[in-house]
Amino acid sequence: MMRGRVAYAGAIHEAYPHEHGVRLADGRVRREDEVVWLAPIEVGTIFALGLNYAEHTKELQFGKQEEPLVFLKGPGTVLGHRGVTRRPADVTFMHYECELAVVIGRTARNVERENAMQHVAGYMISNDYAIRDYLENYYRPNLRVKNRDGGTVLGPWFVDAADIADVNQLELRTFVNGTRRQYGNTRDLVTGIPALIEYLSGFMTLAPGDVILTGTPEGVVNVNAGDEVVCEIDGLGRLVNTIASDADFGRA
Amino acid sequence: MFALADHLLHLEGDALPREMDAHAAAALLARGIACRAPVGGAVYGTLLNDRAALAALGDTVNAAPYKAPPKAPVLYLKPRNTFAGHRARVVVPDDAPGVEVGASLGIVIGRTATHVSVEHAADYIAGYTLVGDLSVPHTNVYRPNVRLRARDGFCVIGPALVAARHVATPDALKISVSLNDAKPPFTANTASSLRNVAQLLADVTDFMTLDAGDVITLGVPHGSPVARSGDTATLSIGTLPPLVVSFAGAQRHNGEPS
Repeated sequence: MMRGRVAYAGAIHEAYPHEHGVRLADGRVRREDEVVWLAPIEVGTIFALGLNYAEHTKELQFGKQEEPLVFLKGPGTVLGHRGVTRRPADVTFMHYECELAVVIGRTARNVERENAMQHVAGYMISNDYAIRDYLENYYRPNLRVKNRDGGTVLGPWFVDAADIADVNQLELRTFVNGTRRQYGNTRDLVTGIPALIEYLSGFMTLAPGDVILTGTPEGVVNVNAGDEVVCEIDGLGRLVNTIASDADFGRA
Repeated sequence: MFALADHLLHLEGDALPREMDAHAAAALLARGIACRAPVGGAVYGTLLNDRAALAALGDTVNAAPYKAPPKAPVLYLKPRNTFAGHRARVVVPDDAPGVEVGASLGIVIGRTATHVSVEHAADYIAGYTLVGDLSVPHTNVYRPNVRLRARDGFCVIGPALVAARHVATPDALKISVSLNDAKPPFTANTASSLRNVAQLLADVTDFMTLDAGDVITLGVPHGSPVARSGDTATLSIGTLPPLVVSFAGAQRHNGEPS
């Protein structure tokens, strides 16, 4: 089942795909652009993986890692489908990152990888922006790069794990203004989902609603104000975001 | 919006936090009650904000992997599994030498703070609380280390959230941490912060919004003491009610659901 969360006519609704757009839980059917899309779930802790696709790691010129590169993100970064993300005027390299987002459904503590998938509720598409101009080598990637307002786009749907036949064979694609720029497959994850859950739950408790952004494949390019960025993952839909300028945010 | 007039405590066993004056809070705490964290928003830690911490890095900031001194605030998340309250028992990992007990001033946000100026930063602060920011000691700060910073119970908050009007000089507060009441305690002062409270809020909210109920720490003092299993730490900052944390060894129960 695919579920979204939208604001419409003064309330927040659960919503489902419909041939004419989107169907609200109360039965109303509306066009996709008539509603405001929120992240499909209210997220708990957000984990993100760096350097978790072999080719992307090569692209960024990093060697083999001793343990997964995990960092955390705050709730203010979350943005829904069809949202707008600010690009500061003074930067030269801001890029999208199409990622498979794994949503935890059951509390996990000291879970072994053989049992890890029982703790997964489902999946979403994530577009996790970074601004490389702001990279500094302290707790890198630092929050100014990866924890910006509106920098973590989630949706449009939360898809039940049972609906995805093989989560290790999903294609990821990113299009900038209609041109495909990024392409990968979840089969190339350096640390796979069961191993990530085993690793994280080995030292901390994971709770329902926690989200693991599993990393991005190669093919990141700079985006500019006005660009439309679309991330797709097989079976999860199509996540749209638009880049906006400082002026749009009253910072000219 | 998160308005606060006095002292907010969430007593263990109570459904909700309650507000009281300093005398009532002190009387309750003197009875040895345990508390939950008085706030439930996102908690952000600030790294290397103590001048002594940066000084200790010395010239290594110019060498690999750092290559330059830090410019923007260096932040990290303390996720919800780390939240604990006054008199919490925290597990020292089997494979760690101990747990560093960082006593930090927690700045509690009172209303949505986006792109705020230094001049107006105080308007966004509801109050202050003590944050026992725990970590497994580590000297390499190139990569964010969730395994060492985000273990269960590693962010002990409280016991009280104290309204800003009761904390006249947040940038000049004495910090102390004692293990098992040993004397003299470890001491530090918020005055040694590279960025003071207002500057930190301005620099952070330039790129990320802080919401009402969120907490950002001013940062833990350099050289904070390391607690071992069996130790009890007492943390104090200025006149905020002291925070007590005890440390225990890891216990594994066979057959306990994971």
